[in-house]
Amino acid sequence: MKIDAKGLNYRELNERIHDAVSNGVEEIDLVNVLGQRYIGTGLDREVTLNIYGTPGSDLGAFMDGPIINVFGSGQDDIGNTMNGGSIIIHGDAGNVAGLSMRTGKIFIKGSVGYRAGIHMKAYQDQCPVMVVGGRAGDFLGEYMAGGKLILLGIFKKEKDPVAGRYIATGMHGGVIYVRGGVNKNQVGKDVAVEEVDNEEKAEIKSEVEEFCRHFGITRIDDIMASPFVKLLPKSSRPYGKLYAY
Amino acid sequence: MRMMPPEFMVKISDSCIKCKRCINECSFGALRFENDRVVADHDKCAACHRCTAFCPAHAITVEKFPAIFKDNYLWSQDVLKSLWKQSESGAKILTGAGNDKPYPVFWDKMLLDACQVTNPSIDPLREPMELRTYLGKKPDKLEFWQDKKGDIKLTTVMEPQIKLETPIIFAGMSYGAVSLNVQLILAGAARELGTIMNTGEGGLPQELSEYKDHIVVQCASGRFGINLSYLNSCAAIEIKIGQGAKPGIGGHLPGEKVTEEISRTRRIPSGTDAISPAPHHDIYSIEDLRQLIYALKEATRYKKPVGVKIAAVHNVAAIASGVVRAGADMITIDGFRGGTGAAPQVIRDHVGIPIELALARVDEQLRREGIRHMASIIASGGIRQSADVLKAIALGADAVAIGTAALVSMGCHLCQKCHTGLCAWGIATQKPELIKRLNVEEGIKRLVNMIKAWNLEIKEILGALGVNSIESLRGSRERLRGVDMDEVYLDVLGIKPAGR
Repeated sequence: MKIDAKGLNYRELNERIHDAVSNGVEEIDLVNVLGQRYIGTGLDREVTLNIYGTPGSDLGAFMDGPIINVFGSGQDDIGNTMNGGSIIIHGDAGNVAGLSMRTGKIFIKGSVGYRAGIHMKAYQDQCPVMVVGGRAGDFLGEYMAGGKLILLGIFKKEKDPVAGRYIATGMHGGVIYVRGGVNKNQVGKDVAVEEVDNEEKAEIKSEVEEFCRHFGITRIDDIMASPFVKLLPKSSRPYGKLYAY
Repeated sequence: MRMMPPEFMVKISDSCIKCKRCINECSFGALRFENDRVVADHDKCAACHRCTAFCPAHAITVEKFPAIFKDNYLWSQDVLKSLWKQSESGAKILTGAGNDKPYPVFWDKMLLDACQVTNPSIDPLREPMELRTYLGKKPDKLEFWQDKKGDIKLTTVMEPQIKLETPIIFAGMSYGAVSLNVQLILAGAARELGTIMNTGEGGLPQELSEYKDHIVVQCASGRFGINLSYLNSCAAIEIKIGQGAKPGIGGHLPGEKVTEEISRTRRIPSGTDAISPAPHHDIYSIEDLRQLIYALKEATRYKKPVGVKIAAVHNVAAIASGVVRAGADMITIDGFRGGTGAAPQVIRDHVGIPIELALARVDEQLRREGIRHMASIIASGGIRQSADVLKAIALGADAVAIGTAALVSMGCHLCQKCHTGLCAWGIATQKPELIKRLNVEEGIKRLVNMIKAWNLEIKEILGALGVNSIESLRGSRERLRGVDMDEVYLDVLGIKPAGR
C-alpha cells in the first residue's frame, strides 16, 4: 500500500497509517514525507513502513513491533521510549535518538546529533541495540542504564573525532562499543574504557553484519579489522555515596 | 567523635508487662530486651509512635530529648545537627516527607465567607450539593444542531474528560517510594469514591490493572515502565516535569530499594539505581513539551487527556501559560510543601514557592490570556483538610491532589524517615514484613472515610456560602478574605482583606 504524504499534516497522515494497519495492511510505502511528526508512534504491530523523504521528530516513539525504513535522514527523538521493532535510517539522525529505548534496534547509516542513546535500558532478555555508522555528538549514552550502543565512525572525515564530549556521563548500565577507540578525556568520569575480547567482538560483528545488510555495505571485514573499545560503568550505583541519611 | 545528642527519648514506665511487642514493632531498631527489661536506644528513635500505639500497657512515651544547647535563634539545633552530620559523612543530607520549616501557611491566613440575612444559605442535609468535577480541556464554544424532530444535539466534539465525584484526587506516589499496599489502597479508595490516583513515575504494578479507569499514569524523565499497555491502562497520562518537594532536580531510587517486584514494574534490573534525570532530555523548551504531549496523544490515539505536573517556582504563571498553550489538558501545580519519598534537605526546605500564591497567579494569568478553559488546574502540595480544598477552589483550582493527607489516614505519623525505607507503618518501605502491617481493606475504608468526611464538610461550607455546586465556588475569590497579610500578598492572592 502507498500513502502520499504530500500536503498532509501529521495527524491526518498518522490517522491513515493507523487505519491501514488496523485493516491488516502489512507494508506501507509513505512517499513525499516532509517533516510529519510521530510516524509509527504508538503502533504495536509487526508492520513495515518505508518512508521516502524526511520524517519529523518522534519517529516511532513508544512503538512496539514495526519495522521502519527511512530512505533519507531523520529528525530528533527517533525511537523515543520505543519498546520493540526496528528503525533503519539511511541518512543521518538528529538529537536524542533512542531516548530511553527498551527493546528493539535502531540502525543509523550516517551520524547522530547530541545525546544519542541517552538512558537506554535493559531488563532480563530485553536489550535495546543502536548502531551508528558515522559519528556522534556530545553526551552519547548519557545516563545509560542498559543495552548496547555501537559507534562505528566509518562515514566521517578522517580528522573528526568519532564522538563529542562527555560520552556516557552518568552511565550505570549497558555497554558502548566504539570502533577505533576514544580519548579518555572525552569520557565521563565514572566510566571505564576497556579492551574488547574475542567473544564480544563476535557479538559486535553480528550487529555490524545486520547494519551492513540494511545499507548494502559489503566491507564487513574491513570494518571489523579496526580495534574496538568498550565503555562500561565503574558502578551500577554512581551516586550511591552522595547522601547522608 | 560523637557530637549529636539524640532527638528523642523513649521512656518505658514500670507498667511495662515485658511482652516485647514494642521491640518487634520498632523497625528502626531502637528497642531491645536486656537484663529482663526493655531498653531504648534513643539515637535510633524516629518518633513514629508505632511502639506507643501498640503497647498494650501504655507504658511507652516518646519525648523530645531535653534541650542541652544554649538558646540561639540563629544557630538552631537543627542547623547544628546538619553541620555535624555533614562533617561526619561529607554527603548531602537526604530527607523525606515535606518541608517542615516555619514559612507562612497562607491557607491559615484566608477565611471563607457565609450568607447572612440578605442571601439565604442552603441546608446540605435537605438539598442536593454537586461536587462532580470534570478534568480536561473545555471547548472554546459549544455548538448545537436541531434535528427535524426538534431535538437539540451537541455538535461540538469534546476532548476526553475525566469525571470525578469529588474535587479531591490522589497525588503521584511511585511504587518504590511507597509500598504496593499504599497504591492498592489509593486505587481501591479512588474507585469507591469516584476519583483517581496517580502511579507516580515507578510504572504500573500488575496488581493495579483492574483499577485502570481510576489511574493516572506518569511519564517522567526516567521513563520507567512505560510501554503502550501502560499508556493505555489509565484514565489519563501525566508528564511529570517537577515536584514541589524537589523542584528542578531529578529522582533517585537507590539500588537497595529496587527489589524484584520494583524491578519488574520499572523494567530495570534489580539492585541498580533508578535514576530520573533532572530534565526530560527530549524537553528543553515549551515547543519540545508540546512535542511530547502530542507524542503521548498520538500513541493513545487522542483517547486520553494528557496533563503536565510542574513545581511551583518563581515564574510559575508564565510557565503554566506555556504549558497550557503546549496542549496540556490538565496542569498540576505542586507547591513547596509537597511531600517526597526522598529529597536532599536543602532542596526540600529552601526551593519553590507556596501553592496558595502560585495557584492564584496561574489562574489569574490564564484568565487574562483567555486560555483558562483550555486546561484544568490541579493544586497540590500541603493540602491538609477540607478547608484547604475549598480555599484552593475559590482561588481557581478545578481540583486538588492530596498525598501526605492520604498517607496520614493510612497511619503515617510524619516522622519524615521515608527515605530510609524503614517505615514502621508499612507505607514508605519495600520490606515485606513491614508492608504487611498495612492492611489494604482497612486502609481503603479509612481513606474512603476521610474523603467522605471532607466531602460532607465541603458541602456544609458550600451551603453556608449559599451555593449548591463546587462549580459555583471555582475561582470565586470574592468569597475569600485575608487576615494578617500585607497588601502585596493580598494583591498576589487577588483577595480583599477581612473587613472590606
